[in-house]
Amino acid sequence: MEKAALEALHNVKDPEIDSISIVDLGMVEHLKAEGSTVMVELLPTFMGCPALDIIRKNVEAELGKLGSFEKIEVQFIYHPPWTSDRVTEKGRIQLKEFGIAPPPELISETGEWHVECPFCGSAYTTMDNLFGPTACRSILYCKSCRNPFEAMKPVSTMM
Amino acid sequence: MNKPDNKPFDPAIKSALTALLYQLADDDFILAYRGSEWLGLAPHIEEDVAFSSISQDTMGHAAMFYQLLEDLGEGNIDSLAHGREASERKNAVLLEMVNGPGHYLSTAQYDWAFAVVRNYFYVQAKKVRMDSLKNSSYQPLADVALKVNMELYYHLLHWKTWFVQLMQAGGEARPRMEAAIKKVLGDFEGVLTLGPLGNEIAEHGLIEAEERLKQRWLFMMEPVFESVNLSVSESVFAMKNGNGRKGEHTADLDAALSTLSEVYNVDPAASW
Repeated sequence: MEKAALEALHNVKDPEIDSISIVDLGMVEHLKAEGSTVMVELLPTFMGCPALDIIRKNVEAELGKLGSFEKIEVQFIYHPPWTSDRVTEKGRIQLKEFGIAPPPELISETGEWHVECPFCGSAYTTMDNLFGPTACRSILYCKSCRNPFEAMKPVSTMM
Repeated sequence: MNKPDNKPFDPAIKSALTALLYQLADDDFILAYRGSEWLGLAPHIEEDVAFSSISQDTMGHAAMFYQLLEDLGEGNIDSLAHGREASERKNAVLLEMVNGPGHYLSTAQYDWAFAVVRNYFYVQAKKVRMDSLKNSSYQPLADVALKVNMELYYHLLHWKTWFVQLMQAGGEARPRMEAAIKKVLGDFEGVLTLGPLGNEIAEHGLIEAEERLKQRWLFMMEPVFESVNLSVSESVFAMKNGNGRKGEHTADLDAALSTLSEVYNVDPAASW
């Protein structure tokens, strides 16, 4: 039953990046099915994100479609905090498909981060604005193919 | 959300804990509102994107602190945010002050120097608090602090950059920044104080003592002040416009509350 539930969560996409599911974003911390009850614990990416309520409703709807749960509980928890290294390999590819560079895998101690252009793959990029159209994204510019693009912000507990 | 265990709380610890949570929540709530009034008015479009994103994060932090209060039986999260009178609010007075003369819809003459200094000084104080709260004796608060801290990293970087650049820019920038610093420090004690229950808050290990946090703020700021040739003495820290931790507030807060709670007061169940 849990397997089917987890499979269903793959259908819940980020409302603002519809190529990636909340599973591949690393937001699903815990899923437990017992009898006709299912409980899901999700980690919010950024707390002020207005998509959180939409995600909650979509999770309830997808699990409801399975027809085997009478009680569906969706909770947002803060611990452990979501960090950008929770995005899966598949998720990183899906972000690129959407035109968003995945978060850098390693954050160097100097605070520098190198981001490859999602269009041409060049590392010759500059940061335009740390803050982007949504809380979890930054705006960058590729000096090779001369396209502006967005990247997922790196978030780590070391900060 | 992380619910605390349903163990009965020592009433003395509970009153210290809620006092601290109201300060944290109300501080972020009102400053996020002031930040939102800048939307469309910031010096350039990239700043508009950045500042509104920061304000959105900050409102998210306020929501987490109000949620902790709800979990402790203080009432519903929306009514905590929208339904309380000015006299019940515990935010520092500095954070409720208007951005400048005029109204954001028509005649705004907001002061960017004041915005930069108020936000930078406050965010550094908040960072010091969050670092200390990571070791709070109240685990749900420690968990929230860890989460807030990750987002705060970017806010601090942002405001520090503005501060250092404007302090070293030519023309009217320096005198305007110095005037803003004077104004902010004149009420900065109100940000640093932990209020009437400050001693109890520290004794129960909820956060470190007020004086320690203040010294840590100075320690973090001194190298930055030095780098821009500014000397700041803590003797000028004051609460010229009242102690918000005691519920003392200005007319600016009344006006802000009547605007921001307008929809809530018409229909408390409205969602948007």
